[in-house]
Amino acid sequence: MAATNLNLEIVDVRGKASQSVNMSASSHDIALPLEQAMRRALPSVVSIADLKRLSGGASQETWSFDGVTSSGRLPLVLRRAPGGTALKRTTTGASLATEADIIRLALKAGVPVPEVPYVLQDSDNLGPGYIMARIEGETIARKILRDDLFAGARPVLAHQCGVILASIHNISLKNLPQLSVLTPKDHLAQYRDVYASYDYPHPVFDTAFKWLEQRLPTTESLSLVHGDFRNGNLMIGSNGVRAVLDWELTHIGDPAEDLGWLCVNSWRFGETNKVVGGFGDVNQLLDGYQSAGGKGMTAERVKFWEIFGTLKWGIMCMTMYQAFTQGSDRTVERAAIGRRSSETEIDLINLLFPPK
Amino acid sequence: MMDQPSAVEIVTAVKEFIEKHAMPQLTGHTAFHARVAANALAVVVRELEHGPMAARDEEGRLRHLLKLDGSLDGLNRELCRRLRENEIPLDNPALIEHLRLTTLAKVAIDQPTYSGYVNSPHKR
Repeated sequence: MAATNLNLEIVDVRGKASQSVNMSASSHDIALPLEQAMRRALPSVVSIADLKRLSGGASQETWSFDGVTSSGRLPLVLRRAPGGTALKRTTTGASLATEADIIRLALKAGVPVPEVPYVLQDSDNLGPGYIMARIEGETIARKILRDDLFAGARPVLAHQCGVILASIHNISLKNLPQLSVLTPKDHLAQYRDVYASYDYPHPVFDTAFKWLEQRLPTTESLSLVHGDFRNGNLMIGSNGVRAVLDWELTHIGDPAEDLGWLCVNSWRFGETNKVVGGFGDVNQLLDGYQSAGGKGMTAERVKFWEIFGTLKWGIMCMTMYQAFTQGSDRTVERAAIGRRSSETEIDLINLLFPPK
Repeated sequence: MMDQPSAVEIVTAVKEFIEKHAMPQLTGHTAFHARVAANALAVVVRELEHGPMAARDEEGRLRHLLKLDGSLDGLNRELCRRLRENEIPLDNPALIEHLRLTTLAKVAIDQPTYSGYVNSPHKR
């Protein structure tokens, strides 16, 4: 539940400049412009069918539909700004058009991602967004980690994730559209500012900030990073990863960030002993990474970013509480998530102070 | 002194009403939110029962660690300030013990079934 509702707050981690706007469109509003756009973009499409809103991804609207052609149906997804209106972005979020560019580059690099046949134009009257192929699979972590259907996938997932991350990190920076550049130092400072802005003391978070500050990586080699590579954003089938989704936090940064984030205990959904996403161990992840040409990755670098990621998630829980206390989301769910900060505090205690 | 029932008894009654009577009649998203609401009331019950003792212990440790008097909020802010300004080293045993005990007490109220708490090597 937390995982599916996470994205809005990550996009604007301050939770202040852009509130969760309740402008979700009905299928009635978008069916006609979408059909017109698809007929213009894909000449084989004569109409659209089975248009329905998908749950999950609170920061963007996603719609499932079929493009009907004379020879059959194309399974498609529309991903666009909520209500067709681009939110003002104050942090690292990439625009939807940039996201589409990155997904296309990732596909060329061999990363499992949906094809993006079309990026919305102003004249489509649907706001910023793009059309991608609809891939079947499971994103709900508890099913992936427990259901028999995925019993064959689980043992290979950590290795596969390593291979995929190396492929993303090896994409040449020369080919990229304009993206935020976040050095480890800037990244830490960004979250420190967010935490400071809430003016509520968490000694464990200050301890973690200090610990990380004393060990900041000095890596010169920044690369493209996905930025939110974890359970919930990975579409899994019986053989493993089918697609890497939700590229809205993609940026240029320390590649170890993606590996560490995948190891944060919150994404293990109870399978605490399997450090990588609740399905594997760090050696499998590093083996996969190395086998696909990933360079210079170590368990230590991953651990730094696991600790950073745990702190980040703790601050995101504080951010979600802000949406409650500032009135933009008065649900009990939003209020209660503030009390999940302490989950990350015990994870940080376990990580920073392992008993001797 | 307030009359009976106690706050714990009232909140427990509301929680049981949600779980036993309201939830069976709800479906979909509303049923999900009712579950969240019942869980939130469970946090309130645990805080009413264990919060005052946890706060007293936390405050006592902070006074000892900081050699300072003050409110719980003020002491926590002062600890954060000292951490930020390198006035207390991260390997200070009294600091580590304080953070460990305070966090265990917090999670026991907030999320006692959380995997990081249930499996914590610090929980003994």
